[in-house]
Amino acid sequence: MAKSQVAMKINGKTIEALVEPRTLLIHFLREQVNLTGPHIGCDTSHCGACTVDLDGKSVKSCTVFAVQANGADIRTIEGMANADGTLHALQEGFREMHGLQCGFCTPGMITRAYRLLQENANPSEEEIRYGISGNLCRCTGYQNIVKAIQFAAAKINGVPFQEAAE
Amino acid sequence: MIPGSFSYHRPTSVQEAVGLLAKLGDDGRALAGGHSLIPMMKLRLATPANLVDLAGIAELKGARADGNDIVIGAMMTQHELIASELLTAKVPILRETSLLIADPQVRYVGTLGGNVANGDPGNDMPAVMMCLNAAYQVSGKSGERRIAARQFYQGAYFTALEPGDVLTAVRIPAPAPGHGYAYEKLKRKIGDYATAAAAVMLTMKAGKVESCSIGLTNVAETPLWAEEAAKILVGSALDAATVKRAVAAAEAITAPAADARGPAQYRTKMAGVMLTRALARAKSRARA
Repeated sequence: MAKSQVAMKINGKTIEALVEPRTLLIHFLREQVNLTGPHIGCDTSHCGACTVDLDGKSVKSCTVFAVQANGADIRTIEGMANADGTLHALQEGFREMHGLQCGFCTPGMITRAYRLLQENANPSEEEIRYGISGNLCRCTGYQNIVKAIQFAAAKINGVPFQEAAE
Repeated sequence: MIPGSFSYHRPTSVQEAVGLLAKLGDDGRALAGGHSLIPMMKLRLATPANLVDLAGIAELKGARADGNDIVIGAMMTQHELIASELLTAKVPILRETSLLIADPQVRYVGTLGGNVANGDPGNDMPAVMMCLNAAYQVSGKSGERRIAARQFYQGAYFTALEPGDVLTAVRIPAPAPGHGYAYEKLKRKIGDYATAAAAVMLTMKAGKVESCSIGLTNVAETPLWAEEAAKILVGSALDAATVKRAVAAAEAITAPAADARGPAQYRTKMAGVMLTRALARAKSRARA
């Protein structure tokens, strides 16, 4: 099958490559661009571990062909840290609030939460839980992931973070 | 999982897409958001030799009022639909339904056109479209035509679409101002298809049901329009006895399969429970 030429901006860098039309975006990112932050979890569009930010949308990169992303602007977990190398507020929140145990779901959780906070700078706990309902975590029970996102929202908004009473 | 090989086409007009699909015949499939088709391709349950991606066709985007109709482009995503002020104001049942479909990531990409054209009885929008008496605008080899949603679904994954057809838009007669609406969906978890779901649209006048329409999701090979049940309710005050008769009429037309969501009888009963709840909520929202 003839390969297609694609060009896309990934974490601010323009990448050009030849892909088979059937190449899924997650395989392209991991195997051709060497960005192994986005993970393959379920491979069936459920778990969200492969989530990347694509033209302002959170998408499951296991369910998009790389050719469909031709011309797109993509951000993965590798592009999340601040320009000076310090952690993004979300990364800091996951560390401070123990928002991960094994860490497998974390890249997807953070990229998804990034878009959620872009759309809703001050989400309620319920909105956070609904907003990350396409991302599965098998370790944490979500409690600390929600806290991590609340921590990040507070930090971005410049207000002190107050942990809700248990 | 890696899909079979295919050639990728990205037309920029409906005309070009229809021409391609007509030429490719059974070897071509239209690609909308792809969140039903791509998983099928990964499982090799679908192995199209050609994909015709509709994402580059500007005329398939957006929603607008056209006379007394609301016209929604087939490539409008669920996410865009949820954010649409026009649709939220005129046909709020669409937003309520969209919010119950899949999860945020899927809604960013999944489209209304794909949801209604796919013919999967688990999709939520088809029953809502039957309930709303929507029509689908279709472009094909022999030009454009409209197919009523109530006539569109023939069996699981079988619809009135012919090879080479592209469903371009959904046309909904604007519901009366002050109408009541509800979509009630029972599911085991976020992202699941319905165990059973019910869509209700109604208008009330002096405390009585003036008009009513009911759609049911995932309790038969096709979405269902529960015409008889709605007829029973018209003229009533939605008193318990009449609702019970209508629910029995709705349950009678269901024919669900037993699956991991439960035995057939249970799913039929849940369709009745969803309808009862949807009727109560639609009534509470209607201006009498």
